[in-house]
Amino acid sequence: MSGYIRDAAALARKDLLLELRGKELLPAMALFVLAMLVAFRFALTSEQEAASQGLLWVAIVFTALLALGRAFVPEREQGILDALVLAPCDRSAIWLGKVLATMAFLLVVEAVALPAFGLFFGGVSWATVAAVVLANVGICAVGTLLAAMAVAGRAREVLLPLLFLPLAIPVVVGGVGATVADDPARYLAFLGLYDGVFAILAWATFEYVVVE
Amino acid sequence: MSTSSSNRSGVILAVATFVLLGGGIALALLWAPEDADQGPSQRIFYIHVPLALTAYACFFWGAWKGLRLLWTREERYDLEGYTAVHMGLIFGLLTLATGSIWAKISWGVWWSWGERQLVLFLILFLFYSAYFMLRYSLEPGASRANISAVYALLGVVLIPVSFLAIRLAENFIHPVVFTRDVQDNLPTEMLVTFCVCLAGMLALAATLYQNELLGKRLDERVRELREVLQ
Repeated sequence: MSGYIRDAAALARKDLLLELRGKELLPAMALFVLAMLVAFRFALTSEQEAASQGLLWVAIVFTALLALGRAFVPEREQGILDALVLAPCDRSAIWLGKVLATMAFLLVVEAVALPAFGLFFGGVSWATVAAVVLANVGICAVGTLLAAMAVAGRAREVLLPLLFLPLAIPVVVGGVGATVADDPARYLAFLGLYDGVFAILAWATFEYVVVE
Repeated sequence: MSTSSSNRSGVILAVATFVLLGGGIALALLWAPEDADQGPSQRIFYIHVPLALTAYACFFWGAWKGLRLLWTREERYDLEGYTAVHMGLIFGLLTLATGSIWAKISWGVWWSWGERQLVLFLILFLFYSAYFMLRYSLEPGASRANISAVYALLGVVLIPVSFLAIRLAENFIHPVVFTRDVQDNLPTEMLVTFCVCLAGMLALAATLYQNELLGKRLDERVRELREVLQ
């Protein structure tokens, strides 16, 4: 088991190291989410200000899509995925490594986005922060599985949002609920349930997506 | 291939569909009592709800075939699962259409976010349409079969999770203004009619599924033979 964790951690570290050296993804994600928040400011009339709370979640899901769309592209382009599949490690460790790396990217970007949102639209509650952290788990768990599916096909960039958004709707519901409701506990529990169910399913089925 | 025996069962299934569905519609129009609140328009219930339940059955059947494929790695489950999801999407679309018509008649709008089942079918429609996009972007083979199977499995998990999400969302989006709980305390005549219609719809789905599967298998066989000849 410790070997399993070590494999996943090594793979996650590889992705983080690549990003640290290349800096392709994180600046793009941060700029994207900021630009989106500014665009939202002009999409809402003054009576609709409250709707910004919901739009925050659209911004998070779309920003996650940016990271997920890139998740397996280097692997495919350079044939690394075949090598990883052949490597003497559990295939689901590939999934776990990718989930951890993507989650780290998302957390960094949200550390920029949430304060910016608070600045532009006034205040971010603790429930929102908790919901964002919980939502990250579900988004990355499902998103990584779908990204591996999409990258196997011909229409990779176009395909992932189509696969991901219907599955992300419950995350948006849980997130927006935790942000706006008086008692966010129910919504946080729902996000936790989503994380658990889809993480187990994605972990168990990832192997079949990358192996022929 | 046992074409003749599968043909015979296909004919039996088709006849059963014709009898059950025809009988069900006749019962719904002539025998079932009229709903006190909604009048004659409530009779679309005998089509709409069986369509929805049949669509669920098809999606679950597709996921079951997907599970069998991942389990046994037998190639034939791929085509079966694909056909089941295909049927599910058709019945799902019909559910959306009949639900929309019902909403127009009883509430005067073509679409209402207050109707949970319809909202769920809209999400499922998006999800399973993406299934086809995914499938057509992959090269035929073991990899495509695996990926389709995993995606179909995600679908049946998404159904209850989305339903829960839609219920939760009602707390902060809109209070439910419309209620249409015809299923509470259904009189016996209505229940019998509903069950006949449901059986008919399931039989229809099974007939279409078998025919489609037969056609696709023949298609595959023709392609193989053509390759041999060339």
